[in-house]
Amino acid sequence: MITLNHYLVLSGLLFSIGLVGVIKRKNLLMLFFATEIMLNAVNVGFAAISNHYGDLSGQMFAFFIIAIAASEVAVGLGLLILMYKRKSSVDLDTLTTMKG
Amino acid sequence: MFETVAFYLFSVLTITSFVVVVTTKNALYALSSLAAGMILISGFFFLLNADFLGVVQIVVYTGAVMALYAFGMMFFDTTETLRESHANPRVVFVLSGMIAIILVVMLIAPIASTHVSALYPMVEGVGNSEAVGMVLFTKYLIPFEVAAVMLLVAMIGGIVLAGKKMDESLTTSEQGDVK
Amino acid sequence: MEKYLYIALFAPLLGSLTAALFGARPKTLFTGLWTSGLLAVSWISSILLFLHVYADPSANVVHVKMMDWISAGNLSIPFGFVVDQVSVTMMIVVTTVSTMVHVYAIGYMSHDKGFNRFFSWLSAFVFSMMILVMSDNFAGLFIGWEGVGLCSWGLIGFWYHKQSATWAANEAFIMNRIADLGMLIGIFLIYWNTGTLQYNEAFAAMPNLEHTLLITIGSFLFVGAMGKSAQFPLHTWLADAMEGPTPVSALIHAATMVTAGVYLVIRANPLYDLIPEVGYVIASLGAFVAMFAATMALVNRDIKRIIAYSTLSQLGYMFVAAGLGAYWVALFHLMTHAFFKALLFLGAGNVMHAMDDELDPFKMGGLYKVMKPTAILMILASVALAGIYPFAGFFSKDKILEVAFNGDHYILWGVLWVTAGLTAFYSFRLIMLTFFGDERYKKLGFHPHEAYPYMLWAMAPLAVLAAIAGFFEHAFVDFVTTLLPSYEFHTHHVEMILIAVTSTIAILGIATAVIIYKNGMLHPKWMERPCYKLFTNQYYIPQFYDAVFSKPYKELSIIFWKQIDMKIVDATVDLIANTFFNIGKDTRGVQSGNLSIMLRWMALGVTMLLTFGLIFVAAATLLG
Repeated sequence: MITLNHYLVLSGLLFSIGLVGVIKRKNLLMLFFATEIMLNAVNVGFAAISNHYGDLSGQMFAFFIIAIAASEVAVGLGLLILMYKRKSSVDLDTLTTMKG
Repeated sequence: MFETVAFYLFSVLTITSFVVVVTTKNALYALSSLAAGMILISGFFFLLNADFLGVVQIVVYTGAVMALYAFGMMFFDTTETLRESHANPRVVFVLSGMIAIILVVMLIAPIASTHVSALYPMVEGVGNSEAVGMVLFTKYLIPFEVAAVMLLVAMIGGIVLAGKKMDESLTTSEQGDVK
Repeated sequence: MEKYLYIALFAPLLGSLTAALFGARPKTLFTGLWTSGLLAVSWISSILLFLHVYADPSANVVHVKMMDWISAGNLSIPFGFVVDQVSVTMMIVVTTVSTMVHVYAIGYMSHDKGFNRFFSWLSAFVFSMMILVMSDNFAGLFIGWEGVGLCSWGLIGFWYHKQSATWAANEAFIMNRIADLGMLIGIFLIYWNTGTLQYNEAFAAMPNLEHTLLITIGSFLFVGAMGKSAQFPLHTWLADAMEGPTPVSALIHAATMVTAGVYLVIRANPLYDLIPEVGYVIASLGAFVAMFAATMALVNRDIKRIIAYSTLSQLGYMFVAAGLGAYWVALFHLMTHAFFKALLFLGAGNVMHAMDDELDPFKMGGLYKVMKPTAILMILASVALAGIYPFAGFFSKDKILEVAFNGDHYILWGVLWVTAGLTAFYSFRLIMLTFFGDERYKKLGFHPHEAYPYMLWAMAPLAVLAAIAGFFEHAFVDFVTTLLPSYEFHTHHVEMILIAVTSTIAILGIATAVIIYKNGMLHPKWMERPCYKLFTNQYYIPQFYDAVFSKPYKELSIIFWKQIDMKIVDATVDLIANTFFNIGKDTRGVQSGNLSIMLRWMALGVTMLLTFGLIFVAAATLLG
C-alpha cells in the first residue's frame, strides 16, 4: 500500500536531488533547472497531503506555486540574458565582483 | 495494485531523470531530462486525484516554462560541454546526503495526526476541476487576483529586460524614421 | 606660636611653587630673590620658635596636629608636627644654611639657563627637609625622607643633558631607595609591634618588646640611615653627587640631607639606648667610614670630591657618637659641621667659577693673590674642620674622641685619632694646592676673578658661626639634654691630655701638608705606589658594584625583557588579538560574492536547522 509516507519520502528525495543541483552547478542556467526540481518536489508533497486529508488547500497551494514559478522563470531568464550580454559568461565563478 | 505499480514506476523514472538533470555535462540533456521529469510529476498528480493540477502542470510547466528555458538555451553554445570547476566536490555530497537522510528520517516517522480537519474538504460527486474552480474563485479570490497582477508584472519585466531600442516608439514615429 | 611653625614649614613650599611657575622661562631674578626671601622668613620663624622653646624647654614644646592623613581601622597617621629641642636645632641649621646657600646661588647660577628651575627644586628640598625634622611620627619622617631623596635627584641631575650628571642622580636615588627598603621594614615592624607610629607612643611601648625584635628594628632603621648618610657600603653615591651644582653640594651633601640619617638615630635614641650592641656596630661602622673616606680624600684630584669625602668622614664621626649613646654630641657635631662644611663647599664654588668650572687642584695654585676673601674663608673653614681651637670643629670633634675614649673603646679612639690627623692633612693639602704655591693656572690660560660681593656676604654668616659656635657648647648641652639623654663622662682627669694629643696630631697634619705642598705637586713616584692606586680608584668599589650588581642585574633585565616579556606576555596578548583577527579572516570567506559558495552555506544552515528540528521533535515525543 502506498501511504502518505511514501509520497513524502519521495518528495524529500526529489528535494535533496534539487539541492544537490543547486549546490553543485556552476552554470546559472543549470542552477535554475535545479531550482525547478525543488519546486516540483514541494508540489508533490502538497498534493499528497491534500489527498490524504481530503483537503483542497494543498492543491491550491501547489497551484499558486506553479504560478509563481512561472513568473520567476520569466524574470529570471530576462536578467540572465542581460547579464550574459554584459559579462559574456554565465559561469558563477567568473561573476564574482566581491574580493572575498 | 495499480497505484503501487504506477507509483514505483513513476518515482523511479522521475528520480532518474532529475539525477540526469543535476549531473550531466551536456546542457541539452539537462533540458530534455527536466522536461521529462515535469511530465512524470504530472503523472503523480493524477495518481493523487489532483486532475486539474496535473493538467496545469503539463500546460504551464512543461509547456511554457520549458519553452522559456529552451529559448534561453539558444543564447549559449550547447554543443560544448559545460566546464565546471569544483573546489571541494565532497562538500556537495556530504551536505545533501545529510539533508536527504534527515528528511527521510523525519518523514518516515508516522506523523499523521488525527486532529487535523480539512479546511476546504473535497466533496463526493464533484469533479476535481469543478471543486478547484469553486474554491479558487470564492475563497482564494484575492490571492488569485494578486497572482494575476504578479504575472502581469513579470511579463512586463521580461519584456523590458530583454528588449532593445526601447527609447523609440514604433507607433508614434514616422514611417521613414524606422530603420 | 603655632603659626610660626606653619610659616617655617610652608614658606619654602610657597617659594618653590611660585618659582616652578617660571620653570620653563629664562632667568628671572625675581625667583631667586623671592625664594631667598621666603627662606629668610622661614629662618626667622625658626629662630622665634627656638627662643620660645629655649625659654622653657620642658613646657614650651610646640606640638600640632595639622590634619588626619590615614585613618583606617586601627591605623591612624596624622600630619603632625613637633618643635622640640632636637627638631628646633635641626630647623635652625637647615634654614640658616639654606638661606645662605640661596643667596649664594643667585650669584652662582646667574648665567645658567635653568635658574628658575634650580630655585624651585632647592626650595622644595628645604620644604622636604623641614617636614623630615619637624614631623612627629615615622610616616611623616618617611615622607620627608623620600622628598629629600627626590629633590636631591632633581638637583644632582640638574644639568640633565650631561650623561654623567643623570647617571649620578640615578645612582643616588637608587642607592637611597635600596636603603629605604630597610627603613620601611623597620617602620612596619614598629607599627606591627607597637600599633602606632607616633614617636612618643612608639618609644614608650618599646621597652616592653623583646630584645631580638628591638635589634631587628634598630638594624633596619639604621639601614635606611646608611643610605641617606652614605655609610659603607652605600657610600658611592655621595662622591658622584658632586656632578650637581656647587650650592647643591653645599646644602644637601654637607649640611642637610646626609645628616638625616644621623637625625634618625638621634630621634630614635630611646630605641638605641635599649640595644647598645647595635649602637656599637653603628659606631664601629662610623669609625671605619671615617678612616676609609679620609684615605680616599688624601689623593683625590677633584676639589669637590675631596670635600665630599671629608663630609663622609665627618658623618662617620657623628655615627660614632650616636652609636655610643652620646646623642647630644652627635647633634652638636652635626650643627658645627654643617656650618663649616657648607662654607667649604661655597668657597670651592667660588674657585670653580673663577677657574671656569675646572676641578683639578693641580691645575690651580697661587690663587690667594687673586681671591683673597674666598681664600680666607676657606682657610677658616678648613681650620674648623681640622679641629683647632678656638673654632667650632675643635669642640665637637674633641667631644667625640672623648666619648670614644670614655667607653673604653680604644680601637675606635685610635682610628678616629688617626683620621683627625688625615683630615687636617687633606684639608690643608687642598688649601695649599689651590691657593698657594706656583701659579700653575697661568700656563693653562685661566683668568680667575673673585666672586660677586653678595656671594661673599652670604658666606660670611657661616664663617662667623663656624668660628664661634663652639663657645655655645654648654648652653647647647643644657638645652638639648632636657630631651636627649645626657652622657656621663668619666674621663675628666685625662680630658686635657686627650685634647692635647688630638690637637697635636691635627697641627702635625696641617704642618705636613703645608711643607709637602708648599712648592706644588707631590713627587710622581708616589703615584705608582699600590696604596695610592687603591685610594685613587676608591678601593675599586665602584668597579666592584658595577661588575657584581649592575651587570648581572642588567643581564637579568634583558632576559626578563626578551624571554619573558616579549615571548610570554606579549605573545599571549598578541595571541588573543591574532586569534580574533584570524577568525575574522577565515570567516570572511562566507561572504565571498560567489553564489555557489553562498548556496552551500545556505544548505549547511538548512541542515543544521533540520537537525535541531529533528532532535527537538524526537525529544518532545519521547519525553512528552
